[in-house]
Amino acid sequence: MFDALHYEFIQNAIMAGILVSIAAGIIGSLIVVNRMVFLAGGIAHTSYGGIGLAVYFGIPIFLGASMFAVGAALLISFITLKQKNRSDTFIGLIWAVGMAIGILFVDMTPGYNVDLMSYLFGSILAVSREDLWFMLALLISIIIFVTFWYRDILAVSYDSQYALLRGVPVKLFYTLILVFAALTVVIAIKIVGLILVIALLTIPIYIAEKLSNSLYSMMFVSSIISTVFTLVGLAISYNFDITSGASIILVSAFFLVLFLLFEKIRMKYFF
Amino acid sequence: MNVIDIENLNFTYEKDVVLENINLHIKEKEFLAIIGPNGGGKSTLLKLILGIEKIRSGSIKIFEKKASKNLTSVGYVPQNTNVNTDFPIKVIEVVMMGHVGHKRPLIGYKKEELECALDSLKQVGMEKYSEKKIGSLSGGQRQRVMIARALCSHPKILLLDEPTSNIDAIGQKDIYKLLKKLNKHITIVVVSHDLSIILEYASSVLHVNKKAAFHDIHQKRKFFTKGEHFCEVELLQMIGNNNV
Repeated sequence: MFDALHYEFIQNAIMAGILVSIAAGIIGSLIVVNRMVFLAGGIAHTSYGGIGLAVYFGIPIFLGASMFAVGAALLISFITLKQKNRSDTFIGLIWAVGMAIGILFVDMTPGYNVDLMSYLFGSILAVSREDLWFMLALLISIIIFVTFWYRDILAVSYDSQYALLRGVPVKLFYTLILVFAALTVVIAIKIVGLILVIALLTIPIYIAEKLSNSLYSMMFVSSIISTVFTLVGLAISYNFDITSGASIILVSAFFLVLFLLFEKIRMKYFF
Repeated sequence: MNVIDIENLNFTYEKDVVLENINLHIKEKEFLAIIGPNGGGKSTLLKLILGIEKIRSGSIKIFEKKASKNLTSVGYVPQNTNVNTDFPIKVIEVVMMGHVGHKRPLIGYKKEELECALDSLKQVGMEKYSEKKIGSLSGGQRQRVMIARALCSHPKILLLDEPTSNIDAIGQKDIYKLLKKLNKHITIVVVSHDLSIILEYASSVLHVNKKAAFHDIHQKRKFFTKGEHFCEVELLQMIGNNNV
């Protein structure tokens, strides 16, 4: 199995897995504590529209998906800030329309049979150098964002009304979190695919939340757990020749069940 | 000098009149209880003072300046501190949220900010819990932390919205004792349901039900022996039936 490490595409896959896991750990924590999981799911699926457009117009997939996902993030941010009551209905709508646009454009692309499955469920073995640079740039931006504006992000996430009273631009931070979520979703498409991305943004985070007593440590622990799950999933995916996304998610789910059982036993017999 | 001056304040919400011609002058070191029925406009009044709702007619002044320009002198303790208890945040971090945003360091918090937050925790008797996760505290303890957060900006006025609504009886009494202690330096304004307990501590009462009626109960309290509870009948006599 370790022979495989000599291949460049395997090295790229591992690098991508690590970069995406760290980004997902940080952004996933923000999504979970802000109760934005449904919004992130909406953005993930809407970004399929961008993939369809990119295929049709022959522009890079990353670019098309990013633009579409960021557009969806801005729209969803606007709707949730403007109309709190019925926002879930509109997000469901955007979710479906985005996917429909994607399918439409893929259908219209002449003589092109795009490998749909690879975008829906991940195709980590086709990660290019450019993809890695894009992932690295995003991860650095995310780290800068949460390092320099940690106190604002914390205030907005924990108690947005109070943050507003203390002069924090709450709407701006809310929108920025969604935009970073959108971009994280796009880079995660290569690894786990857009259908499964939501699991990567929630399962490791759920475990980390129980183990942390601050948002900072939650982000840190999530990133580590997420990296471990991704690498174990990748190894299984390579050895048994199964889709990387599915294997990573099932590995995560398996560990989550173990963790829950462990917690239950610990609660019952120790504390 | 008055701490808060409210003049001819009206507020309507989608054609419903919520507040009508409110006039109120809160003096320094007053302990004002705002009471009244649900939907009577108590919380709206508080939101108007804090600038969460926009004033459309009338004026609110804090230390003789427009309220929105002088909010740093106001500490606010919101209702319902039992929400978001799963959030991974330490007590000290919650308190530090109270610092006003300007003159901040590039990363994290300044040493003075940390010391100031610890000092606020000490004032409410929660310094031992500074590294605990907020979700592990009881309702009463959490409420103290929220008061500490409000104290962090060295306010001259403390506004509290139903501070004891989720707390057991002993915890309620402790919160009011704490407020009484803070009242030596700070003006206190409390929106509350618990009539009997609040009237033991308050120096004046504002009854809000669209219109507002102000009662200085400081004088009237002398008729009661110390430590004795007010009963509802005495309350009604005190503030007069016409406004209840």
